[in-house]
Amino acid sequence: MEPKFWREMGLTDDEFVRVTALMGREPNELEVAIFGVMWSEHCSYKTSKPVLRRFPTEGPHILQGPGENAGIVDIGDQQAVVFKMESHNHPSAIEPYQGAATGVGGILRDIFAMGARPVAILDSLRFGSLEEENTRHLVRGVVGGIGGYGNSMGIPTVGGETYFHHSYGGNPLVNAMAVGLLEHRHIAKGVATGVGNPVMVVGARTGRDGIHGATFASVELSSESEEKRSAVQVGDPFMEKLLLEACLELIQNGWIIGIQDMGAAGLTSSACEMASRGDSGVEMELALVPRREKGMTPYEIMLSESQERMLIVPKAGFEPDVARVFEKWGLEAVVVGRVTADGIMRLRENGRIVAEIPAKALTDEAPMYDRPTREPAYVQQLKAVELRDFQPDRSEREILLTLLAQPNLADKEWIYRQYDHQVGTNTLVVPGSDAAVLRIRGTKKALALATDCNARFVYLDPYQGGMMAVVEAAQNVVCAGAKPLAITDCLNFGNPEKPEIFWQFEQACAGVSEACRILETPVTGGNVSLYNENEGQAIFPTPAIGMVGLIEDTAYITPNRFTAEGQILLLLGELEGSLAGSEYLAAIHGVEAGALPTLELPHIKRRLEFLLEIIHRGWVKAAHDISEGGLAVALAEMGVKAGIGVHLDFTQKDLHRIRCLFGERLGRILFTAAEENKAELVRLAGEAGVELHHLGQTGGTSLSIAFPEGPNWTVAVEECAKARKDTLPRALNQ
Amino acid sequence: MKIGIIRFPGSNCEVDVWEALRFLGREPELLWHQDRLRQAYDLIVLPGGFSYGDYLRTGAIARFSPVMEDVIRFAREGGLVLGICNGFQILTECGLLPGALLRNASLHFRCAPQWLRVERADLPFTNLYDPGELIQIPVNHGEGNYVIDEAGLAALESNRQIVFRYASAAGEINEAGNPNGSLANIAGIVSKEGNILGMMPHPERVVEKITGGIDGQPLFLSLVKTWERRIRYGT
Repeated sequence: MEPKFWREMGLTDDEFVRVTALMGREPNELEVAIFGVMWSEHCSYKTSKPVLRRFPTEGPHILQGPGENAGIVDIGDQQAVVFKMESHNHPSAIEPYQGAATGVGGILRDIFAMGARPVAILDSLRFGSLEEENTRHLVRGVVGGIGGYGNSMGIPTVGGETYFHHSYGGNPLVNAMAVGLLEHRHIAKGVATGVGNPVMVVGARTGRDGIHGATFASVELSSESEEKRSAVQVGDPFMEKLLLEACLELIQNGWIIGIQDMGAAGLTSSACEMASRGDSGVEMELALVPRREKGMTPYEIMLSESQERMLIVPKAGFEPDVARVFEKWGLEAVVVGRVTADGIMRLRENGRIVAEIPAKALTDEAPMYDRPTREPAYVQQLKAVELRDFQPDRSEREILLTLLAQPNLADKEWIYRQYDHQVGTNTLVVPGSDAAVLRIRGTKKALALATDCNARFVYLDPYQGGMMAVVEAAQNVVCAGAKPLAITDCLNFGNPEKPEIFWQFEQACAGVSEACRILETPVTGGNVSLYNENEGQAIFPTPAIGMVGLIEDTAYITPNRFTAEGQILLLLGELEGSLAGSEYLAAIHGVEAGALPTLELPHIKRRLEFLLEIIHRGWVKAAHDISEGGLAVALAEMGVKAGIGVHLDFTQKDLHRIRCLFGERLGRILFTAAEENKAELVRLAGEAGVELHHLGQTGGTSLSIAFPEGPNWTVAVEECAKARKDTLPRALNQ
Repeated sequence: MKIGIIRFPGSNCEVDVWEALRFLGREPELLWHQDRLRQAYDLIVLPGGFSYGDYLRTGAIARFSPVMEDVIRFAREGGLVLGICNGFQILTECGLLPGALLRNASLHFRCAPQWLRVERADLPFTNLYDPGELIQIPVNHGEGNYVIDEAGLAALESNRQIVFRYASAAGEINEAGNPNGSLANIAGIVSKEGNILGMMPHPERVVEKITGGIDGQPLFLSLVKTWERRIRYGT
């Protein structure tokens, strides 16, 4: 075989040697193609696995950790929550609508493949500068695609985040998280066992779309990527809605041994992964696979990434029952093979064997790389930048209005109004809050869901930035009234073959691990997206965190806006933030630099536990964490949504005004309470050893702060509302 | 009270309607589109969603479902039919209601709370509202832009077939309060006989306070009250 062939299929020369050794013979072209796709970064995690192994993945409530279609966490009453986040970055860069739509479709299949009914979608998006026409084109397409798929499926898109930064220009990040609910007894797995059990292809027909999508996801984008448009799949949410209903019906009837989504690498990955997990083999006749087009080769059938398909292994004898359910929903379900005992994935075309590969050679035997790491030069340079040298060029009032109008902080209504966020009538807290909240019908409980990552922090200090992403998600979930349960992550980085990028990856993951360990929120799975570069420029390292929290009683749900006048405003945590990596420094001075303040995880954990305790006591009327833009922006957000002002009294405090108003630091939470609970709150905070400050009182129509010298700092709530409202519509409605 | 909710492939609000009616103490049934109406129903609901993916025109294929033959006969005989969102689109496609629903003027899908003015409070669907009452019921659609020709609009007005109009928070019927560009701010219309209501907003989403409001309750309870009267007085 010509080296050119295996290289085109994505294998290195060394990997080809490894394949030959594992097979005990020279592989044929189809076999090489199958190894190429299964050993791609996207499917094998060959670069990231050594790092991911360090994640904490266990806990008393974790029913399923990484390695399955999605993670499962127990929430009591024999119920569980199933969730996962996944990227669809490269397809979205080329074809934003379909790229994003099929990203949603793929992650939803992972959820219902576990036997769960999907109940929510969140999306974590990153785009280049909003000034660029290409960015606006991508935003419109991606938002349209997410809405187009989720709305049609009837699954609410309840939250997420959207950031703009030039590093994502040409390589946007489209990370979709899906959440589902199930009864323990309905948990399904992606496993093929029981010799002689049938293997069935169900759902949509197989076409020539998306061939080699997984390989495409494992290389850098360039101007030639446009030519790879055929690697982008096309979504059909109607088909998926039918597939969802049919699959859940099968699973609930108890006819299923195993089920798996045909996602990246389609029939290839689903078949060999199911066989490998079940310590079985699988034999398939490719001529039986329902096809959309004539004349498809085994290569095309095995590598197609046509959407809305599943591979299932029912119990022998139930084939007609399975087919009947699918027929009711207007779908095909065809037996294409059997489970075997020999551990081999054997493929035939009209009886002739066209490939024979040990299933585990494709999965467990994939190579692993310990990539070299090197701290990039920029890290120490940016840490050393002296932030005292930056003096504001405008009034503090103007700074706030400028910050509120920044694309990263502005109102995201333009986006979430295009998503059905209420279907299912379980959404109790809609988009625009710290975390979305969904009730669990028939119980008093609810789920709080959030996605977070401040990638600028991760860029400046990957280890601490990784921790901060987890902490921010936890803060958001706790502010809503929930106890954090677990996370999923979507790790978006540049080309790992560059030691500087791999250093970012390793450091950020170490930070995520440490935060998850301390906060007791294990990682239940997720996705790694490497090679996010455009013309050689890497994105900001972006480990997006999706967190699920449990609210024990809907009475604990806490809004993130003021709820009444005359309540006291308190702050958990430090009065001043830091300007390092702040939105202030970026927006006002055009600088992204500084040494981030050291995060003390045990302190933060105590604060979060304290907050949850006082929420349970019914003392907290509203809670909101201080994040991008600092205290001033957080106050504006709490005020704007309520149309209520607040007055803060800092006359007795010696503060640096800019760091106080606009500084950022994780672990700071604002909340309101009734005056009568103040003494008790202060006493409890003392007992718990958490820093608590009484800042002022809600009321009036302005945000105002009295400092020891000079006039009060005052901005009307109405003005803040106006400042944050127009940025997205103005840019995107053109 | 026998309530049937039709489930088409691609419907996605049928369970929400079912839950809303159960919350209000009723026991509705979900009916599959390939079945027939085998019993006497007091109300048939065509729920929201994307029947058949809405790939041709919204509601255009659902009208050919076997069950629709029965629903059309039921409606023509005076049975109460409520079409919500995609259900409204199906009702216009099969000719039970006049006009059509085009893409929103903004060209964007819109999910948002929406003020409505109740124009008719004397119908089986609305008798628990006050005439002119301002209510908030969310919209959730990409194609809710109601159109009809001039003569058709005149007929709707003179027959008092307009049941709900989109309004501003102050209760004004103007462009600012119109989420989709609908002619005359039309949000819902009724058949001339008053037994078939089509509306774009989703009353089933505002039945429980915890999910954001209860302004949809009177609509369903009006239907219950109408039925109770019928049972009691045989009207």
